[in-house]
Amino acid sequence: MTNNGARGGAHHPLIELTLARLREFVREPEALFWSFFFPIVMSVAMAIAFPSQGSQPARVGVPPGAASDMLRKTLSSGPGLIVRDVPAEEELRQLREGDVHVIVRPGDPPTYRFDPDREESRIARLVVDDVLKRAAGRSDPWQAREDAVAIPGSRYVDWLIPGIVALGIMNNSMWSIGFMTVQMRLRKLLKRLAASPMQKWEFLLAQVLARLLFLGPEVAVPLMFGVFAFGMPVRGSILALALVALLGALAFGSIGLLVGSRVRTLEAISGLMNLMMVPMWVLSGVFFSSSNFPEVVQPFIRVLPLTALVDALRGVVLEGATLGGIRFEMATLAAWAIVPFSIGLRIFKWR
Amino acid sequence: MCARGVCTCMTENREVSTTAAVRCVDLRKRYGDVIAVDGLSLEVRRGECFGLLGPNGAGKTTTIEILEGLLAPDSGDVEVLELRWQRDERQLRQRLGIQLQESQFIDKLTVEETLRLFRSFYDRGKTIDELLALVELESKRSSWVVKLSGGQKQRLSIACALVGDPDLLFLDEPSTGLDPQSRRQLWGVLQRYRAAGGTILLTTHYMDEAEVLCDRVAIVDHGKIIALDAPKAMVTALGAPKVVVHEGTLEDVFMSLTGRHLRDE
Repeated sequence: MTNNGARGGAHHPLIELTLARLREFVREPEALFWSFFFPIVMSVAMAIAFPSQGSQPARVGVPPGAASDMLRKTLSSGPGLIVRDVPAEEELRQLREGDVHVIVRPGDPPTYRFDPDREESRIARLVVDDVLKRAAGRSDPWQAREDAVAIPGSRYVDWLIPGIVALGIMNNSMWSIGFMTVQMRLRKLLKRLAASPMQKWEFLLAQVLARLLFLGPEVAVPLMFGVFAFGMPVRGSILALALVALLGALAFGSIGLLVGSRVRTLEAISGLMNLMMVPMWVLSGVFFSSSNFPEVVQPFIRVLPLTALVDALRGVVLEGATLGGIRFEMATLAAWAIVPFSIGLRIFKWR
Repeated sequence: MCARGVCTCMTENREVSTTAAVRCVDLRKRYGDVIAVDGLSLEVRRGECFGLLGPNGAGKTTTIEILEGLLAPDSGDVEVLELRWQRDERQLRQRLGIQLQESQFIDKLTVEETLRLFRSFYDRGKTIDELLALVELESKRSSWVVKLSGGQKQRLSIACALVGDPDLLFLDEPSTGLDPQSRRQLWGVLQRYRAAGGTILLTTHYMDEAEVLCDRVAIVDHGKIIALDAPKAMVTALGAPKVVVHEGTLEDVFMSLTGRHLRDE
């Protein structure tokens, strides 16, 4: 009997299990929608928040009424300033929300009300100060020649996009695998499979492998968006990028499996998933640099899987790092792929 | 293929019709304060269909899941096809067919894809076409599982149990929730499997099912076997079975043994 005949025309169980998972996913329009919807929404949101041309105007608030007339006129003539009336009781709220960056109260000298901790407030204050003093007759000793450049790769948006890609990999891998295992447990399908001669590790591995086939589009969509909408550079090799994404998906798939290994309700799995993921959203430097956190927690942050994935992706995309240059991150991800999988396989509840 | 000693005794025993396919002695299992199985012993012979009959909560499912190697008993001895779960699990799983109560398959896989998936786990067995013919699901080959009727789902479940050409088939309440026509179709499938030399251990709370399918039945109540015989013999032993209009049934046997109706709880 040939090898094929032994299985009555069926493929190797690992392939059949992966195919089953893929078919189930592709035939579930909602799941498909969400896994591609998230990166697109994030990308569009970024395009709106960080327009690629010109800098944002500074928004200046002045008290309403005739007393501000002079001020209003002078400020409006300044370049890159938007002036609006802000009643006194509204000032703090609008400053907090970022509706205005600085409040200017008329007087001699005028008063600037702003939050010096906010970068855009500090900039708005400088621009306002400059405009007002010049209007008051200040004479500049000289005017420097300006040589403005925009360097793709060093802007916030360039820094952010690899983070969004990493976030997408984490979300999709963990949610789909964690949820799926709990659902199969609830339906007693896991128990039925455990009653067959199926190899348990093959089943678990197939769940992770099925994820990898969706990785391409999940990574490509936000990256392409960054390249075409923002002119983000991709400096490293595509191969290195693919390997990083692959290892990242394996790591998070394996963590998802461990998280879902014993859970029996969908509520519990949602809670556990959030418990795992939300701290990483904050700590791993997706939206702001993790160097803002104290020195003592830095070693801990460095070994988080999301930190490793974000840093590796940024290294390859923005700095053109080779695999050797990100070996610490790759080793961290490999450990996250192997250890949770082995523990998950051991403690997995089949009923 | 298997350990030498095992093979020898299998060939020796083939001539003896009373060889045990399943043997368990003094099985006990409790969940906290609830005693699910309370010192249960039984023997299923090769080639027979053996029924565990009893009301819900009698311990039938716990018993059959222990025999299927899905639950560990607190104490007691289990031997299936002269093999042991602790030692020979892989080999046993290849030779058993198992249908579980309430287990669902993947909704959006077709019947054929589901069978192919299960077929891939077995070293030997039937082709997909043979299976589809056996359970009369040829016309549903390309339908999603979620679109099947209750009876069709149950036959798919049986087909998945038969996929590896098992020596022994475990069925836990195979016809619960099915309409009369679907039940008869299911019985047909099981009778064909019997005719081909298979052994069945099933649980049921339907008297008529036990009378139609089983060579011997054990009546289980409170985790113990309270009667064990061929269905006919049991009814006869009840004495004066033709008192009123109908002939005595297993239902009457159960009532006379326990003083309760079978579907009371």
